[in-house]
Amino acid sequence: MIADNFIYCKPDTLREASAAYRTLLREDKTPFYYGGGSEIITMARAGSRIPDAVIDIKGIPECNTLEINDGDVVIGAAVTLNQIQESKLFPLLGITGSRIADHTNQCRITLGGNICGTIIYKETLLPLLLTDSTILTMGPRGRGRKLPVNKLFDRQIKLLKGEFIYQIRTDVSLTKADFTHVKKTANEKIDYPLLTVCTLETEGKLRLAFSGMYSHPFRSTNIEDAINHTDLTIEEKLDMALSLLPDFPLTDSEGSGEYRKFVFRNTLKEIIERHEND
Amino acid sequence: MIKYYNDLSVIELHVNGEARKVTVRPADILLDVLREQLGLTGAKAGCKNGDCGTCTILMDGLPVKSCLVLAVEAVGHELLTVEGLSGIAPIQNAFVKYHAFQCGYCTSGFLMVCHALATTKPDADEYEMERWLESNICRCTSYQEIRSAITEVLDTASRQTERSTYATIS
Repeated sequence: MIADNFIYCKPDTLREASAAYRTLLREDKTPFYYGGGSEIITMARAGSRIPDAVIDIKGIPECNTLEINDGDVVIGAAVTLNQIQESKLFPLLGITGSRIADHTNQCRITLGGNICGTIIYKETLLPLLLTDSTILTMGPRGRGRKLPVNKLFDRQIKLLKGEFIYQIRTDVSLTKADFTHVKKTANEKIDYPLLTVCTLETEGKLRLAFSGMYSHPFRSTNIEDAINHTDLTIEEKLDMALSLLPDFPLTDSEGSGEYRKFVFRNTLKEIIERHEND
Repeated sequence: MIKYYNDLSVIELHVNGEARKVTVRPADILLDVLREQLGLTGAKAGCKNGDCGTCTILMDGLPVKSCLVLAVEAVGHELLTVEGLSGIAPIQNAFVKYHAFQCGYCTSGFLMVCHALATTKPDADEYEMERWLESNICRCTSYQEIRSAITEVLDTASRQTERSTYATIS
């Protein structure tokens, strides 16, 4: 049971959603945009973060889009991880989503929710960062923005107050590129990542993005340059990649920072060896 | 037209083929409403955190953990609880045949996941089967028996699909 009550509204259009946000704000409420709800319900039940109101975006057609349109794979923010995987439109994103929580939860967790939630791993961002996806947002005054993912996300999602993501567009050709997805957990298969690595191969070069190392996912072009350097041995590439890590890795119940560096090096080694042998 | 629920509201849920009216707060979770207002106690409260799967029901044919769904969200969707299987679903017979339970607390959740898998993906392979079933936990560790039960149901469902495909072609 959730002890504290809240308002629930379900708009049919993007404009209705932003209007609802403005109205609730005027009434001195703190509204949350609501996708699958897993995180909001869990936090509300625990009493750690209770919204005054939730605005469920699942009734908005743009948020439920899952199609190829004008050379892009277009995915709505309310599309579930399971729907993305079943559609096979963006295989790397599908596989990445299929390793977040468990299958039943994947039938509820939405792409927008995974990106905008408070859980630090946000693994679905990795394929989006690698493919330079474009994020479409709707602002509180009914104005939309269209931004490259790396402009909207840098350590955290930089949404304006009352702004929400409603769609993600990705160039079809990049969704078809060769990729790798590796998720390392401390113990159980279904768990938060010690390290998740996604790679994408374009023009013979690897792009790499990581989750689990810090309190945010990241893509590093410096590390990519080191890994793609043609005059270095694998060991030299790994040493350079480790030296280019932006900070000392996270220490938490999943593992120490030192252990994360160990896993990072070994995982990267396997990926490079496989790439160079292909 | 925007739907708005503020305080206690009467909503209509479609559960096990019937329209049922309940009075809920927007913050009420579906599991509590099913159990306390509709008397459908098959879905069990376990972790209430989306981890254990004992509260699994089907929403529009797909498994969901009803502890992580608001009752108001379920309006307009088809819900199926273990009571809706009516004791005659193939997976229920297979569970009995293979003794796929001990204490039984997780059973309704497992039945719902297995039923959804057999219905939506009768050709599911070993990998897919494991992926769906790892959403649920059995602390008595009846996993091998549950696997045997769902394997038999999938084999039968798959053969039936093949037969109906053959019949359509011929």
